[in-house]
Amino acid sequence: MEILLSVILGFMIIGAIYALHANDLLSAVIAQGIVGYGLVICFLHLRAPDLAIVQIVVETITLIIMVAVVLDSSRKELKTPAGWKGSVNVILGLVFIGFMIYFFDMATASLDVFGEHTLRMSQTYIEQGAQKTGAANLVTGVLWDFRGYDTLGEATILFTAALGVLTVLRMKGKK
Amino acid sequence: MKGLTPIVKKVAQLMSGIICIYGIYIVVHGHLTPGGAFAGGIILAGAFILLILAFGSEVIKLRKEETGSSMSESIAILGTLILATVGLLVGSKVFFHNYLPKGTIGELVSAGAVPIYNILIGIEVAAAIITIFLALIIFKEEEEQR
Repeated sequence: MEILLSVILGFMIIGAIYALHANDLLSAVIAQGIVGYGLVICFLHLRAPDLAIVQIVVETITLIIMVAVVLDSSRKELKTPAGWKGSVNVILGLVFIGFMIYFFDMATASLDVFGEHTLRMSQTYIEQGAQKTGAANLVTGVLWDFRGYDTLGEATILFTAALGVLTVLRMKGKK
Repeated sequence: MKGLTPIVKKVAQLMSGIICIYGIYIVVHGHLTPGGAFAGGIILAGAFILLILAFGSEVIKLRKEETGSSMSESIAILGTLILATVGLLVGSKVFFHNYLPKGTIGELVSAGAVPIYNILIGIEVAAAIITIFLALIIFKEEEEQR
């Protein structure tokens, strides 16, 4: 399973790099879709159908909106010449990648083997979640009972996003 | 915004009903099967977006729909908050307390307040996505009219 996941992750990385360097913005958006749908396959292989459903639907809707935006504005990417600031950015990026690899290595060393690890907290959820919440789908039970505050926050974020779009895109009072 | 050809219109008409029913199923069965409020809500919004893309509409009509969708979004999240606050008054007096009877695990009417939260947040998510989509379309239409 780890080999398959690595192959899909490699494809996702190639898609992301292509999306960065494509001249046509429409093909960049489509290449961005590789990342999203690759993530769907990863979720399905890690036995998380809830996440896979949400990811595939969100990815599709986002792709539609992005394609509409690209078709309305320009399809060509605006090239700005990179001076000495570009090399500084590259060096900073490499340093940051080094830091990230170091700290992730430190963090993963203390975890259990891939695919086997369940934390102490989630063990309690798995064993007693169904009796305590009464929901057959454990994910929904956790979302609306143990982690109700989190879910309320997510819903509020979406509400605020819609409010923000309405505020930014209104024509009246903009002049 | 102009509509598309009659073939696309007919297919969109036939498909959107099925998509809508599937979204409602995912929301209502959220506590039994994979899925839930977020996935089902976005599927519901997708059915409406498909119809709007296929048929097109005038700005005035779209703005009326936008008012409706933003209103139902606000009402749904208000309902969630009220339902959560009632938990402060009943039972063990905790915010988000699941105070309704749990019922048998695996039945459609079970898990207390969880299905009600699911339905409300499903409405909220669907309305929010539709509102964002409509706001973008209306902005573009008004830009063209100038």
